[in-house]
Amino acid sequence: MDGYSLSDLFSILVMQGFSGLSLFSVLLLMALGLAIIFGQMGVINMAHGEFMTIGAYTIYMTSRFTERHFPSFMPYYFIVAILASFLIAFFVGYLLEFLLIRHLYKRPLDTLLATWGLSLILQQVFRSFFGAREVSATLPDWLMGAWKPTPDIDIPLNGLFVMAMSMLVTAMVGLFLFKSKWGLKVRATTQNRVMASAVGINTKMVDRVTFAIGCGIAGVAGACFTTIASTGPTSGSLYIVDTFLVVVFGGTASLFGTIASAFTIAQAQSILTFFLTNAMGKVVTLLTIIAILMMRPEGLLRSKVRR
Amino acid sequence: MKGFGKAVLGKPGFVDLLVMAVIILVVFPLALDIFRLNLMGKYLTFAYCAVGLVMLWGYGGILSLGQGIFFGIGGYCMAMFLKLEASDPVSTAHQTTPGIPDFMDWNQVTQLPLFWEPFHSFIFTLFAIVVIPALTAYVIGVSMFKRRVSGVYFSIITQAIAAIVTILVVGQQGFTGGINGITDLKTLHGWDINTDSAKYILYFVNGVLLILSVILGKVVLSTKLGRLLLALRDKEDRVRFSGYDVSSYKVFVFCLAAVVSSVGGAMFTLQVGFMSPSIIGIVPSIEMVIFAAVGGRMSLVGAVYGALLVNYGKTAFSETFPTLWLFFMGFLFVGVVMMFPEGLSGLYKTYVEPRQRRWMMKVKGGKGIPEQLNENARV
Amino acid sequence: MPNKIALSIEGLTVSFDGFKAVDGLNLYIEENELRVIIGPNGAGKTTVLDLICGKTKATSGSIEFRGVELTRLPEYRLVQLGVGRKFQTPSIYENLTVLENLEISYPKGRSVLGSLLFKRTPEVEQKIMDTAKMIFLEEHLDTMSGLLSHGKKQWLEIGMLLIQDPALLMLDEPVAGMSVVEREKTASLLSMIAKGRSLIVIEHDMEFVKRIAHKVTVLHQGKLLAEGSMEAVQENPKVIEVYLGH
Repeated sequence: MDGYSLSDLFSILVMQGFSGLSLFSVLLLMALGLAIIFGQMGVINMAHGEFMTIGAYTIYMTSRFTERHFPSFMPYYFIVAILASFLIAFFVGYLLEFLLIRHLYKRPLDTLLATWGLSLILQQVFRSFFGAREVSATLPDWLMGAWKPTPDIDIPLNGLFVMAMSMLVTAMVGLFLFKSKWGLKVRATTQNRVMASAVGINTKMVDRVTFAIGCGIAGVAGACFTTIASTGPTSGSLYIVDTFLVVVFGGTASLFGTIASAFTIAQAQSILTFFLTNAMGKVVTLLTIIAILMMRPEGLLRSKVRR
Repeated sequence: MKGFGKAVLGKPGFVDLLVMAVIILVVFPLALDIFRLNLMGKYLTFAYCAVGLVMLWGYGGILSLGQGIFFGIGGYCMAMFLKLEASDPVSTAHQTTPGIPDFMDWNQVTQLPLFWEPFHSFIFTLFAIVVIPALTAYVIGVSMFKRRVSGVYFSIITQAIAAIVTILVVGQQGFTGGINGITDLKTLHGWDINTDSAKYILYFVNGVLLILSVILGKVVLSTKLGRLLLALRDKEDRVRFSGYDVSSYKVFVFCLAAVVSSVGGAMFTLQVGFMSPSIIGIVPSIEMVIFAAVGGRMSLVGAVYGALLVNYGKTAFSETFPTLWLFFMGFLFVGVVMMFPEGLSGLYKTYVEPRQRRWMMKVKGGKGIPEQLNENARV
Repeated sequence: MPNKIALSIEGLTVSFDGFKAVDGLNLYIEENELRVIIGPNGAGKTTVLDLICGKTKATSGSIEFRGVELTRLPEYRLVQLGVGRKFQTPSIYENLTVLENLEISYPKGRSVLGSLLFKRTPEVEQKIMDTAKMIFLEEHLDTMSGLLSHGKKQWLEIGMLLIQDPALLMLDEPVAGMSVVEREKTASLLSMIAKGRSLIVIEHDMEFVKRIAHKVTVLHQGKLLAEGSMEAVQENPKVIEVYLGH
């Protein structure tokens, strides 16, 4: 690493570390949604990335709509749009669970294939509606610009916002799962489906709503995504493999594990990318994760449970 | 070869195999012009992967989303050999460094990388097409199955490996040809592979090899190993507690599927004349699964038809309605899984076979063979 | 004359996140003994069998079978040493016929190569026939085993173990889901197969236990509560407290 002075290195580390944090935020939200679904139902949703895309396009649409009809509302639309992206992704998820997923719970490998088909269909829908070209939402002014703690360090505001957003959602998910009555039902169903339904929990409804919430969170991930990149029909699918690795690496049943693993993977990728090439950074990260997974197939954190 | 005879000849499954052989080796060559036949040959190379997946996924219950890796190994091995032959010092005299493949020259590589050297030898290349995928699958298989990585975890990790391999191949342009792959392949030991007669010969070599692969699969699946695979797909613990080292069976079938896919890859390169990362990544790998699913995940012969049909559909659709193709493919995934989990062979078994049996009973005067048919319906 | 000890378990402990499912258990099974383990739900009965057959790894303690330490061996090695285990819910290959189920369990051709070259010789067929007769399924050899009744599935799994001729056979609730007639048949089957091997049976049905047991072990909260003949155990105040107390 010659050629860099110590203070250069420090600035690089901070800035790369920070761009890692943006990636971390998106990955975390994506993984959170996927982990909830996988932990709850044992199915993997290959179309999860498309729910992120749905969220991203929702932001784009709201921004276009506001720009055209209520320009004065521009500074605030983003907040409403985030809610909208959650709701739309939630609704689509709810519908798809009803139409497709619920028939496949006992066949996890088949779910994988069917949801892959779903992701192809959704991608083509996006392409038909929004075109193959990438689009960007017009961000409100307060999201632009950067915070400069030292002359060498630029920390973009949108990155800070994204991070705050993902922390907020994570906290809400945590509260929802561990403090609300719904969360109790969800956890009961995860642990013992038969018993849960015996004590009067409508496990089918729990499944459907849980799936939809997972999708909704992916929608919020998409909203965050628009602040750091532009959206195309396949934007979400680019994140899917990483997201799975985050979930598996974090251990499927642990909220904290998911956070830790999203952080590790995002930071590793972001910092390695700077010193190696883009592609090699990714290769090294993925290989490391796989190697670690082989040593600990249950992921970073696991609980030893009697089976 | 008594086992061979028992598994292949004189059983109802033999008829299916014969019909397939006749279609591939007689009907297609007679009915199609060389352009279409060559295209068919290309589809058939994907059938190797589908055949491997029937053994691995249909029987073993192991869903690999990375079979493209092995297809790619075979394809790239063959492509490297052909590329070296096409890059003799005379025809590359205009390059900065004559005698190395053109894309290396473009990427300022001045010396043939060490791992390319052995591919000057055709014998080594053939050896590599079989041994490298087997070794790769062995390493992946042992490290995963011994640690009981299974189910969706295995699928996702193989997909990640496919992603890694693709990124590597694309990224190391100077050594691999990058995103364009290895192109401009011309001769095999001086024999021009782009002439019509060469294409005919390659088509038949490909067809025969594929039929042999199907036969190999049938033989393997008809042994106790085939029944063990089914057993461990459904009740892995019971097999383990019956005294079997489950992981070694999984490794074996993973390796077998890998080698078969690799041979398909090598035949792809020979018939199509290039090899590129777009054929080995995440998307093509998962499409290979749908070939097997459409044909019927439990049917080796079905897998071949599945590969032919889906690929034919892909070409036909993308020629006429390019946008509809993805919809079609998407609905194919959803529809097959939801409505026809046994694929074409399942439909055949439910609708055609009972009629056939009734008809045969009539002909034979009431002496049916239902029991026997039933037993062999699986392979 | 006291029999030789076949299986000796000493100080066996397993904890799941601090919860001790089995706690310092000592248990000795003699050759040719039929031992029944009883105990209330959550007593750790199934976990003990899991530990012996290697499904669960012990936190500490030792399990020695005919002089071989089992705790460090992979499952398939244990089976090859003669330890057989029937699971609580019948665990059979539903997509294979009864014959194929038994054939897979036949202890030959267990390596990859061995299974490729395995042949159904007259000797194998004879053994399969004998076993099928023993478990009352000789009429059903060509039936897909998924179509069998629950009780017959239980028998099939017992048969799959018998064909391996194990020296130690462990049965987890072998008569669950069986009719009265089937229970009768199973009791006589167990008495018959108990000759020449040791048997550990987990059972809730006390009538059934009375019929078959040589000796009964009572587990409670992962610990040994009482051991002895059925009568002695039934009169033990600690046992009565556990079953009737609270």
